[in-house]
Amino acid sequence: MSEVDAEMRAELAALKLENAVLRKQLASNNNKNGTSDSPHPLSLEEYRRYGRQMIVEDIGGLKSQLKLKAAKVLVIGAGGLGCPALPYLTGAGVGTIGIVDNDVVDTSNLHRQVLHDSTKVGMLKCESAKQVLNKLNPHVEIVTYPVRLDYSNAFEIFEKYDCVLDCTDTPLTRYLISDVAVNVGIPVVSASGVGTEGQLTILNFQNEGPCYRCFFPTPPPPTSVSSCSEGGVIGPCIGLVGTMMAIETIKVIIGSYTSENFKPFLMMYSGFPQQTLRTFKMRGRQSKCLTCGDHPTINKEAIQSGSINYELFCGSRNYNVCEPDERMSVQDFEKHREGPNDVILLDVRPSHHYEISHFANTFNIPVKKLRNMDGSMAKLQDEIPRIKQDSEVVVLCRYGNDSQIATRLLKDEFKIPNVRDVKGGFFKYIDEIDPSIPKY
Amino acid sequence: MNELISKDIKRNKTRMVKIKVEFLGGLDVIFNKERVHNLNVPKEDPVTMADLLDFIVETMIANKKDVEVFLENGTVRPGIITLINDTDWELEGELEYVLEDGDIISFTSTLHGG
Repeated sequence: MSEVDAEMRAELAALKLENAVLRKQLASNNNKNGTSDSPHPLSLEEYRRYGRQMIVEDIGGLKSQLKLKAAKVLVIGAGGLGCPALPYLTGAGVGTIGIVDNDVVDTSNLHRQVLHDSTKVGMLKCESAKQVLNKLNPHVEIVTYPVRLDYSNAFEIFEKYDCVLDCTDTPLTRYLISDVAVNVGIPVVSASGVGTEGQLTILNFQNEGPCYRCFFPTPPPPTSVSSCSEGGVIGPCIGLVGTMMAIETIKVIIGSYTSENFKPFLMMYSGFPQQTLRTFKMRGRQSKCLTCGDHPTINKEAIQSGSINYELFCGSRNYNVCEPDERMSVQDFEKHREGPNDVILLDVRPSHHYEISHFANTFNIPVKKLRNMDGSMAKLQDEIPRIKQDSEVVVLCRYGNDSQIATRLLKDEFKIPNVRDVKGGFFKYIDEIDPSIPKY
Repeated sequence: MNELISKDIKRNKTRMVKIKVEFLGGLDVIFNKERVHNLNVPKEDPVTMADLLDFIVETMIANKKDVEVFLENGTVRPGIITLINDTDWELEGELEYVLEDGDIISFTSTLHGG
């Protein structure tokens, strides 16, 4: 018998022995896991798993661990905030975690949405998250809801949970989540982030705290709302805020906050220039609040019947300011690019977008800068010396929204009649004409 | 004597209230990307938050088209949280709050991304 064979036999014997020990342990754990004759409320494996957090005095030991085990937490959004919050809550031993997300993993999510990976592009985010979390802690039940949260399904989902984490990305869902949580009587750990900054608060704490509408009775104008795809986001910045959400959720569950010591707050994290974290003291419940005030009108019946129109309340941006004959397809644009050289191709994306990827022989004037020229041809000629009133101009941006605004400016303020924009913009061109151009 | 009194009045008229103003959550874009501004606001009568908003609009927003990013209907635009010394201005009297030396006034856009 060769030396290698002997080694392998020895190794096999060791593994068999280890396996037998583990089986025995597992059997004894299962016996003692929650059965009435067990002297312990947790399995031995759970004692080991949660030991390091149970011995932190602020946590409150076994008693708090059992509260975590009994807790049912709903996480809405498995993106930049949900991804860091979820594994910490799962690791901490929250008994049941629901995940609502109907979106699928995209490559552009991966720098921040750390539960997903390159092999999961196209997979539902809630399922991708569940795969990781099940491996992390088999004691936690993960329930997935691959649906878009709306007024008709929210109550049915929320009623099964004790606490909800708002990890979404629009004012509309933030109002809906807060309204439903108030009506169901559960707290909301709510956070948001974009760029290098993040904000975090707890809403409707013990049905006493302020709700989202107390803070923001009037929604912001849609033009002021920036998303991660538009404003960009730094992974670890939003990640920190998601991690802070997990901490606040644990505090809510184990009872660190009480109606005596809870004071409404808003935390603000800034990653740049120096990292800072500040806690602002916020207003309490507003008696005039339509959801949680003295005479609420936003109740379960009103929400479920659809009579609270969230779309109308939050509004939407109107980009369609150009007529069909003022626009061209990316195919037409391609002909222009190859056509006579006197056509002026103007890219109105922000300069730091332009720097990442752009066509040669284009000019870059961000739409904001164009607006600030107040229709001055002289200022425009500082940037594009050969532009004249009778020039032919084709305007381009990322998706074909800003380019419409720029087209209006050029026609209405600069009085250049021959201007058109490119429908779908630079990205549509990449998708349909030339996928070899970097798309960010 | 009379001269002294008039000098005194003059001095009072040009007194300043020294405060710090911050623009957070991306609001700095309309203030030359400067997040923190140390201000000396000229003080005749007590300076209120309403006076400060006027002062900001008149002296600090370079591009008048940006005013609507900051104000709406004579007050701070919905979606901007206003803080007086780290406290929601709703708890401090909002527009009527009288500024004191050393106050820190913060304006922050509400963020929505996630």
